[in-house]
Amino acid sequence: MTKRVSRTVAATVVAMGLAACGGGPGGGAEKISDGKIVLAVLNDQSGVYADLSGKNSVEAVKMAIADYKAKYGDKAVAKTIEVVSADHQNKPDIANTKAQEMYDRQKADIILDVPTSSAALAVAGQAKAKKKLHINVGAATTALTGDNCNKYTFHWAYDTYMLAHGTGTAVTTEGAKSWYIVYPDYAFGQDMQKSFSTAIQAAGGTVVASDPTPFPNDNFSTFLLKAPSLKPSVIGTMQAGGDLVNLVKQYNEFKLRDKGIGLAVGLMFINDIHSLGVDAFQGTKFTDAWYWNGSPENRAWADKFQQVAATRPSFAHAANYSAALQYLEAVQRAGTDNSDAVVKQLEGYAFEDVFAKNGQVRAEDHRMIHDVYLAQVKAKADVKEDWDYEQIIKTIPAAEAFKPLSENTCKLS
Amino acid sequence: MIEQVFNGLVSGAFFALLALGLAVIFGMLGVVNFAHGAFYMLGAFGAFIALDSFGLPFWAALVLVPPVLGLAGVALERTLIRRLASADPLYNFLLTFGLTLILQDAMKTRYGVQSQPYPLPIQGSVNLLLFEYPAYQVFVFGFSCLVCVFAWFLLARTRIGMIVRAATERPELTRAFGIDVGRWVAPVFGFGVALAALAGVLAAPMRAVNPLMGADLIITVFAVVVIGGLGSVLGSAAAGFLIGVVSALGNLYVPALSQTLVFILMAVVLLWRPAGLFGREETLA
Repeated sequence: MTKRVSRTVAATVVAMGLAACGGGPGGGAEKISDGKIVLAVLNDQSGVYADLSGKNSVEAVKMAIADYKAKYGDKAVAKTIEVVSADHQNKPDIANTKAQEMYDRQKADIILDVPTSSAALAVAGQAKAKKKLHINVGAATTALTGDNCNKYTFHWAYDTYMLAHGTGTAVTTEGAKSWYIVYPDYAFGQDMQKSFSTAIQAAGGTVVASDPTPFPNDNFSTFLLKAPSLKPSVIGTMQAGGDLVNLVKQYNEFKLRDKGIGLAVGLMFINDIHSLGVDAFQGTKFTDAWYWNGSPENRAWADKFQQVAATRPSFAHAANYSAALQYLEAVQRAGTDNSDAVVKQLEGYAFEDVFAKNGQVRAEDHRMIHDVYLAQVKAKADVKEDWDYEQIIKTIPAAEAFKPLSENTCKLS
Repeated sequence: MIEQVFNGLVSGAFFALLALGLAVIFGMLGVVNFAHGAFYMLGAFGAFIALDSFGLPFWAALVLVPPVLGLAGVALERTLIRRLASADPLYNFLLTFGLTLILQDAMKTRYGVQSQPYPLPIQGSVNLLLFEYPAYQVFVFGFSCLVCVFAWFLLARTRIGMIVRAATERPELTRAFGIDVGRWVAPVFGFGVALAALAGVLAAPMRAVNPLMGADLIITVFAVVVIGGLGSVLGSAAAGFLIGVVSALGNLYVPALSQTLVFILMAVVLLWRPAGLFGREETLA
């Protein structure tokens, strides 16, 4: 009898010892699953979004972990925090498999980033099935907090509604009443075209024509030649990455600006301006979720980022930092990494960090709302250093920037 | 409408230059050079690096980059392609495909995937009687036409061209006449690569310069070569311009089909003329 008891005790001690190996001394074995927190970054590390998110998003997440540890020290609930990452190549099937692997085999508690809407929706599906968290940063679709929303998925940085209502409304009310929209013929482009058309019409403008373009495409002259006959005040381009660069190069070649046809860009990352130089975009207005040189606080963070990444951060990098940090803060408040408890801590939570100003996680649809910015590309003469490309001309308050709950179709489950 | 056709001819110029190189290489070596798109990309990067690191303007790059990459092509043929010449053509296809991935990733590692900036060498527009068109694009069209004519002249009217053509069509017979066919293989490969690099340099000012720029293009160029007739040099160039116009008009009138249009055309041509528009049917002697 005593023998059996002592054996059980010994087994328990061994088990606890094993758990403690991961959790460190006094690691609260039962509160943190597997004795450690695993943050997984799943994004594009080799394709079109590799520069604006990619490996540097992993660095941003590591910065968040370092800041969390520095803040709580011995009091940190999560003693051991690991980061894993993988390349989803912007393919939903790969994203799906990798997400499964991360949640099951690598014991990920949360998957971060995931650009490309179709890939993001696949990961959100896995999050729901495995009851583990997904905070999306890189994808644009409003479906993540709309028709496809679920209890474990959050959307952090931006979405098509925010881009359309920032840029579409601002440019229209400033006098560009007629729009010619050119959009890539896949989910993101179609979504953007709809959101922009709605926003433009609501602001009193008209869409004279919208044309789908092949994707990818390197010859946009077809549409630029058609533009003058439509007499729009502005061409709204929904292209991204290399296609955007192609289009803008050709827009400048055809001198459409001199013919009185302006350019509005649906989704622009600071890397795009860097690619073409400020001259190509001069005066172009767009909606930005965050700008590295927007405040001294942002700049200080961008300086730290530059030390590890050797470049300036895009808004996606800062948003990944914010998402990782707020997740760890929620774990800290919950005292556990149990998904349901962490979700409860995140829902309705209002906060400020370097990325999110007036940030709040809406409990109803898991959209994180925050102030966003209407930016304008600087003239070359005003650029004082590398990456100093944007002038923030207006702050759009959090409450106005994102889709109002009254229009929302999300039913969390 | 006429403007749109001209626009098609400009993008067709790139197809023509690339298809020309591909056709010459296939004709002489029987190698389906999948790395052709990567050499196009390297051409564009060559122009960018020349400007960024050495301050060399576009015109210098236009003269320097194609020969340099052409020499690299010669070296590639001597060291790698040649070794697989006697094996199944699939081996060289795999080799050049692998090479493409290596070149793309090497450029990604160094320059990232974001496009690199490159200024327009000719500003302003030209009056072409019926319409105004950006001067640089007019230059691209004119210059590629010249290169195509030059390549045709070289192959059809010179002694070297005759040897190359003979070696392409009947290598054993050409050898029997005492001509060293092997000597011409590497220069022809280099010439094809140089044409791809030339297209790349021309693309740098008007297209996004990034490591993946050739990857999407190469598939269309293969279709162009097939439509023109495998190995038919003039046919490839003509098909290049034709496809340019077809896809430009397709973009405008049937946007949903625009990307498949080229391949539909290829299927139709293959059914109607299996040797391609300009190819000659092989007949057993």
